[in-house]
Amino acid sequence: MLAYALRRVLMLVPVFLAVSLIIFLILHFIPGDPIDNLLKVGAPPEQRAEMMARYGLDRPLPVQYGIWLGKLLTGDLGMAIVARRPVADLIAQALPHSLLLGGLALAFSTIVGVALGVIAALNKDGPIDRAIMGGVLIGSTLPSFWLGLLLILAFSVGLGWFPVSGARTWSSLVLPVLTIGLGGTALVARITRVSMIDAAARDFVMLLHAKGLSPLRIQLRHVLRHALIPVVTILALRIGWILGGAVTVEVVFARPGLGTLLIKALSQHDYPVVQASLLMLAMAVMLGTLIGDLLQAAMDPRVRGALA
Amino acid sequence: MTALLTLDHVSVEIGRSQLLDDVSLSLDRGEILGLVGESGSGKSLTALTIAGLLPLIGGRISAGTLRFDGTDMASLGAEGMRKLRGGRIGFVMQNPMTALDPVQRIGEQIDVVSRLHLGLSAPAARARTLDLLRQLRIAEAEAVAEAYPHQLSGGMKQRIVIAMALAGEPDLIIADEPTTALDVTVQAQIIQILTGLVRERGLALLLITHDMGVVAQACDRVAVLYAGRMAEERPVGALFDAPSHPYTRALIGCIPREGMEPGGLKGIPGAVPSASNFPEACRFHPRCALAIEPCRTERPALAPLSGGGQVACHRAEGRPR
Amino acid sequence: MSVVETKTAGKARSLPLLRAIFRRPSGALAASWLILVVLGAIFAPLLTPYAYDIQSLKEAFQPPSASHLLGTDEFGRDLLTRMLYGARTSLSVSSISILISVAAGLTLGAAAGYFGGLFDRAVTTVADLTWSFPEILIALILVAIIGPGIAGTMAAIAVAYLAQFARLARAQIMTLKGETFIEAARSLGAGHSHILFRHLIPNALAPVLVSAMLATGDAIILEATLGFFGLGAQPPTPSWGAMMSSGSALLFKAPWIIIFPGLAVAITVVAINLFGDALIAALDIRDRVRKDA
Repeated sequence: MLAYALRRVLMLVPVFLAVSLIIFLILHFIPGDPIDNLLKVGAPPEQRAEMMARYGLDRPLPVQYGIWLGKLLTGDLGMAIVARRPVADLIAQALPHSLLLGGLALAFSTIVGVALGVIAALNKDGPIDRAIMGGVLIGSTLPSFWLGLLLILAFSVGLGWFPVSGARTWSSLVLPVLTIGLGGTALVARITRVSMIDAAARDFVMLLHAKGLSPLRIQLRHVLRHALIPVVTILALRIGWILGGAVTVEVVFARPGLGTLLIKALSQHDYPVVQASLLMLAMAVMLGTLIGDLLQAAMDPRVRGALA
Repeated sequence: MTALLTLDHVSVEIGRSQLLDDVSLSLDRGEILGLVGESGSGKSLTALTIAGLLPLIGGRISAGTLRFDGTDMASLGAEGMRKLRGGRIGFVMQNPMTALDPVQRIGEQIDVVSRLHLGLSAPAARARTLDLLRQLRIAEAEAVAEAYPHQLSGGMKQRIVIAMALAGEPDLIIADEPTTALDVTVQAQIIQILTGLVRERGLALLLITHDMGVVAQACDRVAVLYAGRMAEERPVGALFDAPSHPYTRALIGCIPREGMEPGGLKGIPGAVPSASNFPEACRFHPRCALAIEPCRTERPALAPLSGGGQVACHRAEGRPR
Repeated sequence: MSVVETKTAGKARSLPLLRAIFRRPSGALAASWLILVVLGAIFAPLLTPYAYDIQSLKEAFQPPSASHLLGTDEFGRDLLTRMLYGARTSLSVSSISILISVAAGLTLGAAAGYFGGLFDRAVTTVADLTWSFPEILIALILVAIIGPGIAGTMAAIAVAYLAQFARLARAQIMTLKGETFIEAARSLGAGHSHILFRHLIPNALAPVLVSAMLATGDAIILEATLGFFGLGAQPPTPSWGAMMSSGSALLFKAPWIIIFPGLAVAITVVAINLFGDALIAALDIRDRVRKDA
């Protein structure tokens, strides 16, 4: 298991390099020059050249990438051009908010989604199943920003239970978590239901019944355990998807975080900030797949056997 | 003294199709009853019926009674049947490759049976498990108990499944095509193990198979099923010496034999009809070389044969007139 | 090559297919809504007396009434009118960009699956990488490169879903590749492009088209999200997303400006999903009764 985990971590290195290169390159195709935003109209060309040199924007691309990557590994993410502060500071401020929001939303989706999926599978094709799956369909198709706005309208404006925006109190987390979590819940519930039903039709389940185990024990101890393997895999792959939801929802609820940082930096053409926040999100995605693979190996001895 | 297991005119339905029609069988301790027929004849369904597993596949008993050790199984209820399953009735499944839970250790999968049905503590159950594995001539029983199914061979897995069936001290073992998925060399070992259990422990064994060679080698009596109905039921010697039903004859014609002429191995033309279009009257008549007019119009009743056993056929040989 | 049949659906089969979809209540309801929206988009000028772009500030922020069924927006424009015209933008932008995405993804994925080797590995790696990335992020980056507007939105949607179709097409081709009729075509001397375009792609098409239809629903949401950020269709062109870009600011003053376009998005996406489910069921009726072995 340890050897497997180690190998799996090593496999991330080339992926990280590829992702960082893509992010670095893409950003250089963005039109609009951040320097222009900093200079007054009609500033002399020498001043412009001096600014370019200060941010290293006059060097050849591969050199810029090399320098960027080298600094990156030492934790130096450069200076934000518009905000004129170290990018690392901005990220350090934003990251905990996003992690908290994303983590809570993930936990909410997993717990509620698995529970709903199990209940639906146990009542397969019955009225409870239909009601849950209908709710799931609607939950997965609502645009998250719109859902967020509706929740604000109902619970903050209408009932006054939660703050409209900001991140100062715990109660300000409820609506954002719910907004992101509903989409995730729908996803998890759907996969759980399908894989529960799939697993229940497997041969070994028949033998469990033939051994005289109680149906509930078979469902919860054996079938659910199998059903959770694909749930974990897909959930881990979709961590990025949940973080993507966080980007939108942060903007709707005016919460600090990577999403608001990214959207603001995009509109200001602030390369270093965009690069760093994209890289953070990408790393979260990679870590998600890593955790998913490790969990899968922990849950399924066949995977351990094949890869150890 | 009644037999350990009797099926008395049992019919089974799944949805609207009747898949077993008026099946009667009996099986006693120390006896091996072979249940044969092609795929789709209702063999496995019979096994599930006896084990009370019909609800799992959406089926139900629509007529007749099953008795186990004198008790009407319908009176037991779901909970009573569950106590019987794995306890007094052991089940060996067709495909050992997929029969075991792939994410649970072998030992735990066997332990649970004796803990559940014999009320053993965890250590006692494990001791019993290891004992059973050794009896089934599995070397390094401790290592096997700690292994996961994917680490074992097919023949080994089938022994594990047999160990599970034995763990609850059963009186009856239902073995549904226990060797079909295995290599030929392993097949013989598994059949030996199963027949040995009957001889040594006085168990009753219902051996479901489509392999007439296995039947000839292992069984005391044979019941032949066709399209959900009994075709013939005889002691094994009589069946092979003088098969009465044309379908039985065709099945026996399917075993290769020494000194056979090339091309002498006869298949049966056509296939078992599906439940939605079972033929009228005798269900075998469209495939039967001997079919005459009554076969198309009148259902043949199950009638006793002079040498023991019974047959349902208008053209049966050896029937007292 | 006529000996080798492809299993493409002919016209003769499309009529029973429609009937099968309409036989399910959810399928019929979904199809009706979609037809309604498409007709509304096409005949928008005939259906409403108002213009979508003429401002009349003294009529701003009117709640729903008899003369303005869904109320007016912050510039006094009739909301229903703008939603009908907005349907044109939202539906065409999302469906056209998904079509582009399908065409590109199908070709890439099919070629990768068919030729294998280094090309396959490159395509799979990039596809896996982008697939695990949230679509909205990919879209945001692309819009940042191309600039806000309809062209940027379409490029963003097309690229965001490319990976999904490439993966799906590749998987389909991989399973089809080993089948007998492909072997037969090859042994009869058919060339790569013939096998790929005449046999493999037509046979992989049905699942890809169904998932394209479902992705169109996601694309409508993506378009709406970009519009909400002010990065989609630019004023005065209405789209369901752009109509909500005034966003939270107006939420308290005139919630209907946010509620109705969002509702249109939500119902349409649910309808597309239900229609897709009905389509899957109609195309692929399996005998689910377990037969005795």
